[in-house]
Amino acid sequence: MAKPTDSNRISAADITPPEKFWTRRALLAGGAALGGAALGGAALGGAALARAAAAEDAAGAPLVYAKNPTFSVSETPTSYRDATTYNNYYEFGTDKSDPAQNSQNFRTKPWSVSIGGEAEVTGSFTLEDILKPHALEERIYRMRCVEGWSMVIPWVGFPLGDLLKRFKPTSKAKFVEFKTLYDPKQMPGERGSVLPWPYVEGLRMDEAMNPLTLLAVGVYGKTLPNQNGAPLRLVVPWKYGFKGIKAIVSIKFTERAPQTTWAQSAPTEYGFFANVNPAVDHPRWSQATERRIGASLFAQRQPTLPFNGYGAQVASLYTGMDLRRYF
Amino acid sequence: MRFVGKPLVWSACLLPALRLAAGAFGLDGMSLGADPVAVMLHTCGKWALNFLFITLCMTPLKDLTHSVIWLRFRRLFGLFAFFYLVLHVTVYVVLDQDRNLTAVWQDIIKRPYITLGMLALLMMIPLAATSTAKAQRRLRVRWLELHRLIYVIALLGVWHYWWQVKKDIREPLLYATGLALLLGYRLWKQRQRLLAWVMIGRVAGTRAS
Repeated sequence: MAKPTDSNRISAADITPPEKFWTRRALLAGGAALGGAALGGAALGGAALARAAAAEDAAGAPLVYAKNPTFSVSETPTSYRDATTYNNYYEFGTDKSDPAQNSQNFRTKPWSVSIGGEAEVTGSFTLEDILKPHALEERIYRMRCVEGWSMVIPWVGFPLGDLLKRFKPTSKAKFVEFKTLYDPKQMPGERGSVLPWPYVEGLRMDEAMNPLTLLAVGVYGKTLPNQNGAPLRLVVPWKYGFKGIKAIVSIKFTERAPQTTWAQSAPTEYGFFANVNPAVDHPRWSQATERRIGASLFAQRQPTLPFNGYGAQVASLYTGMDLRRYF
Repeated sequence: MRFVGKPLVWSACLLPALRLAAGAFGLDGMSLGADPVAVMLHTCGKWALNFLFITLCMTPLKDLTHSVIWLRFRRLFGLFAFFYLVLHVTVYVVLDQDRNLTAVWQDIIKRPYITLGMLALLMMIPLAATSTAKAQRRLRVRWLELHRLIYVIALLGVWHYWWQVKKDIREPLLYATGLALLLGYRLWKQRQRLLAWVMIGRVAGTRAS
């Protein structure tokens, strides 16, 4: 595993400013001379390396936690570098390397989470209040992205269900809705309209209460790097990665299924449930196999497992449901 | 200039591929990041498009600068577009799909964007095969007609790119705009002839009814 290294290894000058990058693209598309084109290709390499170094410098503070082997897979965890520089987090940009680059100054202190909807206890709580009663544990989960790649991540967190019980949800609470922070000043991606903001995710109550469902505050034994969803994020290992909403500021108990962001944005491609399912293709690619990040260039894709291999724990939640229809 | 120009340009065209190779083999601390296969796939695909566009820029540049020097490089750029397209497809078949030809075939028939991409490759093969001066002489007018396929190929390429993007269409939009300009320029140049065709069509239409 790559170790975090000295800070200040790169200067801002090493990073290709986005406006420059876009100008280059525009020139190319418009048909600029060849010299410029060749330079564009060469400059990108340096910038990518600089971004990787920047992300490693931002390692968090060590956490106190217990390992939970019963909830951990035995596969080798993805390298820290890959897991913290290859992220889908559109609030910080749509390129996989954008979150590591653009989230370094994101402020996670102070942080509060609003609890609302169909529950007896509601209101705004500081992150400290949210976390206080919960013992942290480490769980090594498989993470399968809807795009067809996967990682193995050692999360540090606690079961979501334990938190939800504290607010005494009423009998009307059938779903839980989560929202990410909306702060375009800090989250440059939110200034564009690639997705409707803020990002919204949701779970059915029984999914939320399943012991596998985790609220994470850390990875690799340390607090979450900003690009991985600091300070508080959801981890639902049997669902595609986009269900794992990051930088949570709102948890609401609802009677009806929440309008989740990707399902709203491209309803034919992404569903509310988003259970990992090799038998149901994405309209534009097969979900039967996946590429494990960090494997060698010539490594074979590996078969994707139903419910990402967590079928024994969660398949019963969906008995009698047509998973082709409720994808 | 005459004798150094082409080798220089030729070497420059090879740079993106060399950089990928250096990254793939970890030369000089270079790396392709967490998902090297995706980087290779996308870089080759984009450079195939870039070179198609550069090729299509040569005629407008000739008109604009009143110099035919641009045309001397047209074939070279066109062949590099083919080179990067072949690399792109090779990476897809060998590294992305693990040489699983059944999976590739399933992709071709099930995923429209891959169907389009494969069509573009098929159309590009005869162009590359007839790129020699000898073929040009032998085919004469038919060579010109055949090589107009490049417009269709560029269109398929941009469409293929647009369709495979998840959500952020800014970059495919740039390519589409560039293509509209390059093809629009040709239409504008041919406006007299196009107008004539339309008139003939009208006359023919009137007669038929």
